[in-house]
Amino acid sequence: MIQEMLSYPFLVRALLGGVLVSLCAALLGVSLVLKRYSMIGDGLSHVSFGALSIAVAVGWQPLALSIPVVTVAAFLLLRLTENSRIKSDAAIAMISASSLAAGIVVTSLTTGMTTDVSSYMFGSILAMSRQDVLLSILLSGVVLSLFVFCYNKIFAVTFDENFAKATGVRVGFYNTLIAVLTAVTIVLGMRMMGAMLISSLVIFPALTAMRIFKSFCGVVICSGILSVLCFCTGIVLSYQLSTPAGASVVMVNLGVYLLFTLASRLGVRQYKGKDMEV
Amino acid sequence: MKPFIVCEHVDFGYENQDAVIDLNLTIDPGDYLCIVGANGSGKSTLIKGLLGLLAPTAGTLAVAEELRRGGIGYLPQQTAAQRDFPATVREVVLSGTLNSRKNRPFYSRAEKNLAEQGMERLGITKLQNRCYRELSGGQQQRVLIARALCATEQMLILDEPITGLDPSAIQEFYRLIRKLNQEDRITIVMVSHDIRSVISQAGKILHLQQRTLFFGPAADYAASEAGKGFLEG
Repeated sequence: MIQEMLSYPFLVRALLGGVLVSLCAALLGVSLVLKRYSMIGDGLSHVSFGALSIAVAVGWQPLALSIPVVTVAAFLLLRLTENSRIKSDAAIAMISASSLAAGIVVTSLTTGMTTDVSSYMFGSILAMSRQDVLLSILLSGVVLSLFVFCYNKIFAVTFDENFAKATGVRVGFYNTLIAVLTAVTIVLGMRMMGAMLISSLVIFPALTAMRIFKSFCGVVICSGILSVLCFCTGIVLSYQLSTPAGASVVMVNLGVYLLFTLASRLGVRQYKGKDMEV
Repeated sequence: MKPFIVCEHVDFGYENQDAVIDLNLTIDPGDYLCIVGANGSGKSTLIKGLLGLLAPTAGTLAVAEELRRGGIGYLPQQTAAQRDFPATVREVVLSGTLNSRKNRPFYSRAEKNLAEQGMERLGITKLQNRCYRELSGGQQQRVLIARALCATEQMLILDEPITGLDPSAIQEFYRLIRKLNQEDRITIVMVSHDIRSVISQAGKILHLQQRTLFFGPAADYAASEAGKGFLEG
């Protein structure tokens, strides 16, 4: 069956691009989730939807418009989160609803609400183009080298920004870098996973890994591996059951999360039992 | 010995609001200085200024060359996000050795040794593979001190370190800080609410209410105007 799947060029592209994007999303997600920035992923996907709809309506290259727009949005959202005067969760909710609305209005004024819009919302397996795959190879190269060569800095910035600042780590630089990379990841993954579902790639693997692993290193590695495995399983299931790719991947992620939660509960009970015996 | 930090008529502030006004302060090597004051009196702003994260808006702030080279160890207030952070004690302590001048991607042998010594010194070597979020408040505080000591051997700045500790952990904490100050000659600058304990522990007190209400030996503080008001109020 796998062989049959691989005979379709669009499926090969989807698998390759999807694996790389979900790997990036999972790695960046560990830092975002731990810094309580989970909502940023959700906000950015809605902004990305707005930008994409406008690009299609105007007839531009979708990525050429949405990558810069979403990057700017990522900057803005980070600034909002750092600035405690504005309640950042409300601001993110506002921005994401507005850009979703803008996208829908623009689309219905031009092409009308077609299947295209629905496929942006909930994703389409056909969406990965050759160009997207190339971009995701580039992106995952950058993200992987960031996590290998600047791993310690990322740990410091994620664990304790103030301390990192005081020891001279360029905290602003790393925050911005993570935000920009997240933006590109979301734009790339969105059309396949869907605007409503892409943020799950950022959040689920990190949360799942945290159930069991107790070191940052363990969480990062486990989250990356889980994300790739869940994505592949999701795509295979989607092929067999003819369900939408994005939703299938999210369901697999949810299943693994529940499994890990159960395992950690059982583990704790056993651990406590041992303590009692001693 | 030359003083570590000298502030002369220094103002610190944000945009158009001064949080600290006309501060004169000298921190000598081996000092144990406590900064007290009500909420919003400029304590945290002053800490940022001492760490070099905020430039003074007026006056001169002179930092000794050796301190600039060796760096300042910092113990920030704990954030909610940290309390359930998946990281081992070892990972946290090691992150103290990161320094702006080193751009190598991995920790060197020397840095690992430094972290091991730090853990040994604070008696947390046995905890090194435990998860930070599973430790008690007092143990977490030890981990953070070990991390700060990896960054410097000269001066520690502690921001509200006893918040959230239980009474016995607080006593233990003060003992530890006094030991670091007296035996290892590490300069301590601590921001605290716990005024009564602070008088018996610290060498010098700075009472801040935007302007300096009191700066001098801790022994004189209780008798001063500022001290009386604060202790009775």
